Amino acid sequence: MTASDFTGKPRPVTTKLLVTVLLVVLWVVVYAALSPASEWIVRQLPLDPAGGTARALAFFIYDTPKVLMLLTLIVFAMGVVRSFFSPERTRALLAGRREGVGNVAAAGLGVLTPFCSCSAVPLFIGFVSAGVPLGGTFSFLISAPLVNEVALGLLLALLGWKVALLYLLLGLAVAIVAGMVIGRLHLEGWLEDWVRALRTEAAPLAAERLSASDRIDAGVEAVRDIVGRVWPWIIAGIAIGAGIHGWVPEGLLAGIMGREAWWSVPAAVAIGIPMYSNAAGIVPVVEALLGKGAALGTTLAFMMSVTALSAPELIILRKVLTVRLIAVFVAVVGLGILAVGYLFNFLFG
Amino acid sequence: MKDVKVLGSGCKRCIETAALMQGEADRLGVPIRLEKVTDYAEIAKFGIASTPGVVVDGKVVHAGGLPKVESIAAWLSS
Repeated sequence: MTASDFTGKPRPVTTKLLVTVLLVVLWVVVYAALSPASEWIVRQLPLDPAGGTARALAFFIYDTPKVLMLLTLIVFAMGVVRSFFSPERTRALLAGRREGVGNVAAAGLGVLTPFCSCSAVPLFIGFVSAGVPLGGTFSFLISAPLVNEVALGLLLALLGWKVALLYLLLGLAVAIVAGMVIGRLHLEGWLEDWVRALRTEAAPLAAERLSASDRIDAGVEAVRDIVGRVWPWIIAGIAIGAGIHGWVPEGLLAGIMGREAWWSVPAAVAIGIPMYSNAAGIVPVVEALLGKGAALGTTLAFMMSVTALSAPELIILRKVLTVRLIAVFVAVVGLGILAVGYLFNFLFG
Repeated sequence: MKDVKVLGSGCKRCIETAALMQGEADRLGVPIRLEKVTDYAEIAKFGIASTPGVVVDGKVVHAGGLPKVESIAAWLSS
């Protein structure tokens, strides 16, 4: 029995939950209709169905709503889940954790804890100064951008759940192992001096109690923020992908990006570092490239290096890390990504 | 006169938070002295791990993301 049973008026939270459930049901119905609807649209066009233009258009018309819908749902779900985790609570959970368990926990929490990229430095300082080991802090900082909801959502939409799950597991593995290696090297002395000197107490923040309504709002806010930001990239990526799908001949890329070309994985990692983008525009291109002979491991290694080792983030981290420590960070994470690239190529050859 | 500090490196959300604090203070008629703290070492000393953070009269009341308008009213009127 709730208060609403007596007054007869539904409480706002109940209404909001109901609306959310209805929207999710509507989502499923529309999603199921996407494939027949897009096929029907393409059939109405005065084009040769086997021609490049028809194939490119079919790719674009089907993939655009599909990718945007799946991403919206996943970002919403992640937004709700993330309302249960705050960086302050995460820091308290990780403080003083031993190697191993601490790195696994840090990598997992990196996926779940929300923080905007402009918080990377305060977060780093906050963690280190509150006694989170350096290796654990790095496991967190690597997994947060690497295994993000945009990457997972797009992989799920375009390459299926097996690839998405493998990306999640191997992304976590890179974060855990790289963090452990950095921890083992005992590089605390390579932090900037003022960071090492800081020993802070966590602020006694009153824990905000969130209602179900607040958590739904958090999901909606995440959609507005993330999908609102990445959708032009996604559409551009799908358009390029559609072009590749329609007009690039089969097997053309096998020589450059195929699994026979062993050097393609390191090349993909090296090209990915200076690129500042998100996974959003790249995955649709990846999907189309795969169809033309590119290897999965090579393309995923490229995507991982774009998200985990972006040059702008390294420049921000320079405020707290010495150049030597940044170099170690890039080398360790880069090697991890290389290993993942070769592994994917081996598994999905 | 309440002493309000907004902690953050100067990103978009930090600027929005400062504007929100000032706007609510004006609306409620509470005089405040607003200060933006952008130095990382200074921010770290307040013990928060995510920005924007809000400090009212020396006490940390908020960390991470935009604060809610109702919360701001509560901080300013206490």
